[in-house]
Amino acid sequence: MNTAVTPAVATPGSRRSWRAVLRTAAEPWLYLSPALIFIMLVMLVPLVIGISYAFQAISLMNPLESGWVGLANFEALYEDRKFWKSLKNTAYWTIASVFFQFFLGLGLALLLNHGFYGRRLVQALVFLPWAVPTFLSALTWAWLFNPVIGPLPHWLAAIGILSEPYNILSDPNIAIWGPIVANIWFGIPFFAITLLAALQSIPHDLYEAAAIDGASAWQGFIKITLPFLAPMIAITVMLRAIWVANFADLIFVMTGGGPANSTQIISTYIFTTAFRKLDFGYASAIAVVLLVLLLIYAAVLLRLRQSLRLVN
Amino acid sequence: MARIDIVDLCKRFGNIEVISNVNLSFEEGEFIVLVGPSGCGKSTLLRMIAGLESITKGDIIMNDQRVNDLPPRDRNIAMVFQSYALYPHMNVERNMGFSMEIKRTPPDTRRQHVDKAAAILGLGSLMERLPKALSGGQRQRVAMGRAIVRDPSAFLFDEPLSNLDAALRVEMRLEIARLHQRLGSTMVYVTHDQVEALTLADRIVVLDHGVVQQVGTPMELYESPANRFVARFIGSPTMNLIEVAMEDQQLTMKSTHSAIPLPALVGAESATQLGIRPEHLEPMPAGKGHVQGEVEVVERLGSDSFVYVQVPGAGRLLSRCNGNTRLQAGEAVGLSLDPAHLHLFDEKGQALR
Amino acid sequence: MRTVLTIGRNLAVLGYVLFALFPLYWLLKIAVTPDRLIYTEGTALWPTTFTFDNFRTVIFYSDFMVFFSNSVIVSLCSAALATLIAAAAGYSFSRFRFRGKSIIVVLMLVTQMFPLLMIITPIYKIVATLGLLNTLTSLIVVYTAFNIPFATFLMQSFFDGIPKDLDEAAMMDGCTRLQALRKVILPLTLPGLAATLGFVFTAAWSELLFALMLINSNDSMTFPVGLLTFVSKFSVDWGQMMAAGVLALLPSCLFFVFIQRYLVQGLTAGAVKG
Repeated sequence: MNTAVTPAVATPGSRRSWRAVLRTAAEPWLYLSPALIFIMLVMLVPLVIGISYAFQAISLMNPLESGWVGLANFEALYEDRKFWKSLKNTAYWTIASVFFQFFLGLGLALLLNHGFYGRRLVQALVFLPWAVPTFLSALTWAWLFNPVIGPLPHWLAAIGILSEPYNILSDPNIAIWGPIVANIWFGIPFFAITLLAALQSIPHDLYEAAAIDGASAWQGFIKITLPFLAPMIAITVMLRAIWVANFADLIFVMTGGGPANSTQIISTYIFTTAFRKLDFGYASAIAVVLLVLLLIYAAVLLRLRQSLRLVN
Repeated sequence: MARIDIVDLCKRFGNIEVISNVNLSFEEGEFIVLVGPSGCGKSTLLRMIAGLESITKGDIIMNDQRVNDLPPRDRNIAMVFQSYALYPHMNVERNMGFSMEIKRTPPDTRRQHVDKAAAILGLGSLMERLPKALSGGQRQRVAMGRAIVRDPSAFLFDEPLSNLDAALRVEMRLEIARLHQRLGSTMVYVTHDQVEALTLADRIVVLDHGVVQQVGTPMELYESPANRFVARFIGSPTMNLIEVAMEDQQLTMKSTHSAIPLPALVGAESATQLGIRPEHLEPMPAGKGHVQGEVEVVERLGSDSFVYVQVPGAGRLLSRCNGNTRLQAGEAVGLSLDPAHLHLFDEKGQALR
Repeated sequence: MRTVLTIGRNLAVLGYVLFALFPLYWLLKIAVTPDRLIYTEGTALWPTTFTFDNFRTVIFYSDFMVFFSNSVIVSLCSAALATLIAAAAGYSFSRFRFRGKSIIVVLMLVTQMFPLLMIITPIYKIVATLGLLNTLTSLIVVYTAFNIPFATFLMQSFFDGIPKDLDEAAMMDGCTRLQALRKVILPLTLPGLAATLGFVFTAAWSELLFALMLINSNDSMTFPVGLLTFVSKFSVDWGQMMAAGVLALLPSCLFFVFIQRYLVQGLTAGAVKG
């Protein structure tokens, strides 16, 4: 258009210089690099090393007998009744915990969404368990179940659930309910908060329109609230299930997996094998099995989501 | 002050070309308006001039220096954003003086420059306020003040008035025009509003789908649009278009084959559409004029009336006439086309004369 | 009918509040119960007299203050480091489009889904090889890394809430990108930084299993480890343990009050991502 400016234009490199290209390409990575380095070194590298441990005998108890053992750890695992028991316990623990956490959390969210005098204070109070450090929650509940200083055994006996006030954490038949109750207490706020956020994003005029159309409160809940919450519910429940399944702290502190392994779940089994027996090879083999199970779970989840999407 | 040349400029996002082969030259001190519908690439073009968007191909040259690889801060350009982009945690004074703060200008000099800009824009009493305590118009002024303090070689405006209400928009439009007169800087202004374009611009650049449609003064664009797109985009209400064909040396309406008795027109042989602006279409008593129709609706705006006429074969045509017209809906009416202001377009939409 | 509903609703709210507070109340109650009354009034709702002796003993005559200060050091350092690094990463996610971004995002999500316990043995080996067992440094590095992904997503959501126009305006005003970040964007993200700091602090404060594995000398034990070893060694001194528990609760509760506003935002981000 204008020839007076040719000097700059005539150069063949009227494309961007490679340095500028490099600079813009490198910039986001520069900001990301510290995070990536930490994640690589502290999480990914150990993960790979850990997988290799699963095929070795590494026990700090007898350091001389170390070396590659192929699938020996997995064969031992297959024969290990404690492992199968802990797998069963994991399912029981997860389903029971998430079930109660979710429904009680949903109830709380609905109550809080309603708005009443003092709602903000109530909200702060009922969310408090979420802020309590898990080891402390575990200790507190363990103490509550202790008949010497805790009231729960006495109350349970008084209403006839227990024949006499004893510590349920030492009864193999019901011990797992101790950590489950603690977990419910700890987990309700999580569901309540996420569901409350979702509830508050539902446009209010939808309810007004439904009310004008003659819908009852219950119909409003079924026809508007639930469909709106459904995606959020699906994703939180599924992801939370993974988290709870792997949540070892409560059980480890309250029962240590006992009595008689009645409360042992996979993740506590990994920890006790590593921490108490110092058998790193075997602990890593359990971890690898857990990893595979999680991958299967994730794959099923993704498949399910896809088919749901197709249906819709 | 800056002269800006844009040479063979292209911008691709992935496979989508949003700017294709744009060539433009902005003279020193010129007020240029980039106008077009949303998504036409006008904002992208502006952001490329600012240095906020990378260049896929081509060059941007400011005062004979190629600036493609210069970061925004080295281009000596100020920009006023649609959202104003005032720093929420700084008061008006700091907002306006921020560029000098970055350059480590001594506080005294900074203060002087800020005060001067504040005086120009009448912001003197608001210096301590935070942006959230300002009205929309005041925020707009602060955003402009921030640009003025920089004393840049060019101002860029990205739809600066679109967040304001109608009355304020007119006021700020005047303010910007006044600013240009006063500072005489090169200004590049992006808008989708053709009224802003016509009132502010020395020259208008009409863009569509990343391609420059026409460059010219407001009157050039109004009087001789280069193509159908510009013709329809510039001017309000929009130009009437009638599908036409040449039959027996006579311009006729395509669907009804009824002749439009006009004198011979240059280039009429290949015309497929006839365009005429509402103000050049005059209602006549029935039977007179070039085409006949029936009044559908009359909109009275006081100074003007918009008369919508249903013409068999041409569809609905709009005539802009006197505010006190007596025409009523349902009335038969003739329309006279002003032969001096006819536009003919060929199959591709290019103007034929 | 309406009043019945209202009463029912209020009762339900009351039930939730009691359920949430009762264990904490009990913790406090045992902590202030005098030793001699523990066995006679251990299960009563309130002791006939109360005392702060347990707190005094714990604070002045036990190792808990060492544990406490260890925990404060570890949590503060991890929180500061993780927040800083996550702020940079979150900024990158929020402001740049680049090749490979989605892979990195998925990678970070994956680290959130898998149980960290899986890597406890290799971490132990690595830390032992480096000679960093029984050091607070090892805990700080581990906690920082573990919290980076979540903190990054959190920071990203805060950065996303600040219009890009502000970065661009600052850069037009003569800032480099780094200056724009420091002078304009970070001051506006202060609440976000504080919230992230709080989240990481609480997470580091309550972590038990890695600390148990990596630390076994009394001098470098963190509070959870110290309390747990105390429990298993002297499981009779209830009052002191609970007094220590109350002390452990304090920092978390302080942060909780502080970040409560951001809880919904943070947990929503957390829920969506993992």
